Amino acid sequence: MKTFDYHSPKDVKEASKLSSSKSVFLAGGMTTIPSMKLGLATYKDVINLKGIKKLSGIKVSGKIVKIGATTQHAEVAKSKELKKAIPSLAALAEGIGDPQVRNRGTIGGSIANNDPAADYPSACIALNAVIHTNNRSINAETFFKGMYETSLKSGEIIESIEFEVPSKSNYQKLPNPASRYAVIGVYVARFKGDNVNVAITGAKSCAYLDKNLSDALSKDFSTSSINNVNISSKGINSDIHASANYRANMIKVYAKKAVEAC
Amino acid sequence: MKKINVEVNGKKITKEISDHTVLSSFLRDILNLTGTHIGCDTSQCGACVVHVDGKSIKSCTAFAADIDGSKITTIEGLTKNGKMHPMQEAFKKHHGLQCGFCTPGMVMSAIDLLKNNKNPNDREIRDWLEGNICRCTGYQNIVAAVKEAASKM
Amino acid sequence: MASLVGSRVERKEDKRFLTGKGRYTADINIVNQTYAIFIRSPHARAKIKKIDTSKALKSSGVVDILTGEHIAKDKIGGLIAGWAIRSEDGSEMKCPANPPLAKDNVNFVGDPLAVVLAESLDEAKEAADLVKIDYKILEAVTNLEKTMESDAIHDGIDKNLCYDWLLGDRQKVKEAFDKADKIIKLDITNNRLIPNAMEPRACVIDYNTASEEITCYTTSQNPHLSRLIMSAFGGVAPENKLRVVAPDVGGGFGSKINLYNEEIVCSWASKKIERPIKWVAERTESFLTDTHGRDHITHAELAVTNDGKFLGFKNETIANLGAYARVFGTVTPTYLFGPCATGVYVMPAAYSNVKAVYTNTAPVDAYRGAGRPEATYTIERIVDKAAIELGIDPIEIRMKNFPTEFPFKQTLVHQIDSGDYVAGLNKAKEMSDYDGFVARKKESESRGKLRGIGVTTYFEACGIAPSPVVMMLGCGVGLWESAEVRFNPTGQVTIYTGSHSHGQSHQTTFAQIAADELGVPIENIDIVHGDTDKGTFGMGTYGSRSLTVGGIAIVNACKKIVAKGKRIAAKMLEVSEDEIDFSNGEYVVAKSNKKKTIGEVAFASYLPGVRDEVKSPLPEGDEPGLIESSFFDPANFSFPAGSHIAEVEIDPETGNVKLDKYTAVDDFGTIVNPIIVEGQVHGGLAQGIGQALTENAQYDDTGQLITASYMDYTMPRADNFPEFNLGFTCTKATTNPLGVKGCGEAGAIAAPPTVMNAVINALGGREIDMPATAEKVWEACNEMKKTNSEAA
Repeated sequence: MKTFDYHSPKDVKEASKLSSSKSVFLAGGMTTIPSMKLGLATYKDVINLKGIKKLSGIKVSGKIVKIGATTQHAEVAKSKELKKAIPSLAALAEGIGDPQVRNRGTIGGSIANNDPAADYPSACIALNAVIHTNNRSINAETFFKGMYETSLKSGEIIESIEFEVPSKSNYQKLPNPASRYAVIGVYVARFKGDNVNVAITGAKSCAYLDKNLSDALSKDFSTSSINNVNISSKGINSDIHASANYRANMIKVYAKKAVEAC
Repeated sequence: MKKINVEVNGKKITKEISDHTVLSSFLRDILNLTGTHIGCDTSQCGACVVHVDGKSIKSCTAFAADIDGSKITTIEGLTKNGKMHPMQEAFKKHHGLQCGFCTPGMVMSAIDLLKNNKNPNDREIRDWLEGNICRCTGYQNIVAAVKEAASKM
Repeated sequence: MASLVGSRVERKEDKRFLTGKGRYTADINIVNQTYAIFIRSPHARAKIKKIDTSKALKSSGVVDILTGEHIAKDKIGGLIAGWAIRSEDGSEMKCPANPPLAKDNVNFVGDPLAVVLAESLDEAKEAADLVKIDYKILEAVTNLEKTMESDAIHDGIDKNLCYDWLLGDRQKVKEAFDKADKIIKLDITNNRLIPNAMEPRACVIDYNTASEEITCYTTSQNPHLSRLIMSAFGGVAPENKLRVVAPDVGGGFGSKINLYNEEIVCSWASKKIERPIKWVAERTESFLTDTHGRDHITHAELAVTNDGKFLGFKNETIANLGAYARVFGTVTPTYLFGPCATGVYVMPAAYSNVKAVYTNTAPVDAYRGAGRPEATYTIERIVDKAAIELGIDPIEIRMKNFPTEFPFKQTLVHQIDSGDYVAGLNKAKEMSDYDGFVARKKESESRGKLRGIGVTTYFEACGIAPSPVVMMLGCGVGLWESAEVRFNPTGQVTIYTGSHSHGQSHQTTFAQIAADELGVPIENIDIVHGDTDKGTFGMGTYGSRSLTVGGIAIVNACKKIVAKGKRIAAKMLEVSEDEIDFSNGEYVVAKSNKKKTIGEVAFASYLPGVRDEVKSPLPEGDEPGLIESSFFDPANFSFPAGSHIAEVEIDPETGNVKLDKYTAVDDFGTIVNPIIVEGQVHGGLAQGIGQALTENAQYDDTGQLITASYMDYTMPRADNFPEFNLGFTCTKATTNPLGVKGCGEAGAIAAPPTVMNAVINALGGREIDMPATAEKVWEACNEMKKTNSEAA
């Protein structure tokens, strides 16, 4: 690995100040460190955010769940409060990577990285999340821009993510047999007033809200309503693990599983 | 260079390290604790699992600088007064290892499982070990060993 | 003393592995060592126009950068194929030169062409990035089916064809086929696999400038063979100046049989720079450059009668050798494959035709089972297809064609000394509750799932032997094994074996055997292996040969020890040898209480005299000491066999295949240590099931390996398997004194057809190739639904 300067700032301001076009913020490092090792990314400065106390923790207040950016997947998975408020989100965290990855990887890191097959982005979209940074608040829908691309600007740090508590929700994923990332993942969330969000991950350059599925389930929250939705394989990812056609079909299969489990 | 203070297997250690030293390299190359192995170096195989502040992590994917102030336990730190840990004993009894290369990570991961779940069933053991690849054993005797250790711990 | 052979003895090697005290090559550091980084071709096929190292040489910490030019100038030889195979037309096989560092052409992604040596790993990597290479990229040959019509990769090797080999009689097969009621035809692909030992390859070289001795620590399954090749063909140093040590090795599965480029280059370079060198592969390098396995395309035909009797069999196979022919590369698809292609059946006529071709991919060589899994997959798939087409139960059709008398002269080569295939299959049938399958299928169907059952019966030819025969067939070396048994004066025993353990547990099983032979407690017996300076010579570990060849060498050396001991004991006890019995470590004079322990005899052999008297316990002609050796060359292979039965449940909505039940009944003859044998079976099964369900090495059209990490190459994990149900039957091998047969490869041989037959059974006979990934199975399920609804 190429050498760099390591920093461990104590607050967000200091962290932001240290950043430049040649720096990277480090949270869990689950993607950053391997890509640095493989020479896919090199940085002059690595700025570790884990020393910033206020970035970690889970808070449930009424219809809002707020999770600090450096909260590890294992903490999200275990949180009793969260299990009560949004059990599907805790279950999603329990399904990320393996126990060691969950002990290190963070929600903020996952969202900032925006891997097309990551789990959390679908939760953010389905649960009308607001991503709070040191400068502003961004709606999930506009936050995820494309493959590994978000609306975060240079020096901008995610501080926390706020999720809206749904009345019912469930996340189902078809894992890639090798990496265990999502080949496709479907997050179904139903809110008061019967509005339903269906967010998909793994299928395109990044997670997205599937309008057709959301509309159909908002009208009639049943597996049969999914049958009538046409999901085209156009624009859907295709790789050695799954063709676009298979993925498109699995979106429906897994959407049904999610609805059944709601 | 960075100076870090850590406790490794019960011993307090202060060392100067390069900023980009990863934990596995710190353990193997600087402390000569070569029981922690590197199988893939990209956090997929699990041969490098150690405990940091009581939790299992993949030491190839953590910067040593980031571990400053922590307590680390490696496979070398499990044996107390010449007596192996019940998990180590169980692996021996059930032939839960063959070439031995994945074994340190497997044992460290399995011990963390029992911290989280005192009496896991087969399925729970197999699911937990998702991050540890073994090419020799077909996992069956590992599962048997973890069950045995659970009954002894 | 109770016999240790047959007992579940806990392993002697475990404590060091479990406490982090194992010593693998990457754990070794030598004062003043430099670090090597290999520069490898990013292209599958290219001409090297120019290598510019000028900038890199000036980079910080660089000690030297060596290229193919340097190694050619020093006349260092390259890697070799260990078996010369002749084509059907009598011509010799065609092999390209495989220099340790490519000089003019690179032939696969990962082919090394230069090495950077630096003071630290970071500096070596930094400098490697500065080496500029100008390539002329050529079109890669990667499509196995089209290889023979593609550009010749190597000069002078037409059609990329190494050989076109035939075993068997085409005319007899034609006659048999003419008489058949039905010809069953099958086209299959045996998917390419990457062995993936968990320890990446590595070497650490220490050159002593004074003694001019090179010590090469390396991840090898056979250090003596590596030394021989490095010396005789590489010309790196004479054998007496070359010490090869394979310390603890983290799995091999065939991928560490070969001597590799890196060991030759680093050994040679260490002498050149007069510094130690350390090289450890990154996982990606292992994916790209470890020898791969399998990779066949086969068309097979089976001639049958309407009542399910087999009349004849043939297969036409294209085998991928990759870019170069390596040690077992050429024999794996021929003598390790063809003779097993007719399986455990009486087959009146057969032939096996194999065309081995070069492609711009990593070299393909032996991988657990080597040839025998490919053969077993072919015959067991086609036998199942015959059962389907003839409407006969898969167990019944197998039973119908089993030999009932042993020795059984198998169609193509082998004389199988012992076996009882009927007993094995009956036991598997019972243990798997075969008859309860119908009810279980119904239950699955009630949940919307498909269920299938698959059967395989196999035999394996392992412990390749005897040497004169294998050398007659083209092998470059004999395949015996050596052992030396040394008694210390104070009674402990050290045994030097040429076999190598990289997971196989020799320290325990070999000690069990010796403990029984010598009557010495197992704690007092140490097994030494893996160091050419310790022990005579050895052919190493592969092809399930350690116990049946290496183990027997130990038995024979122990017998020589006991015999010499008897002569000494007789002299000490002042009786004739005939009056002495040896058992449980004691030489006892019949019908008396006079005895000497073997320890006392050993002591006397080293201290042959007494005070105040000129008196020796040594009989005339016997020298002092108690050390004996043996080179064992078996009269034949050993032939383990077995029957496996698997059940899968398929979710037709997703195509996901769940392996629900797996029963394996194997006959390994005498079992030395059941717990270790079970472990070997488990491991083999995991690899075989991996081949059937998940693993697949894939290259794209340009020759890039697209499954070059654990993110894309699906290694089976704990949650992929059910608990395996194992059983054993026993017919002892008649070709060795213990009656043992090899057990290491059985699982990897039997599992692929067992699982695939179950998948195909669940899919109503629809054929798919391995691996049975969810999408492939899902497509087959959709087809099935379509056919069913059309039929309705």
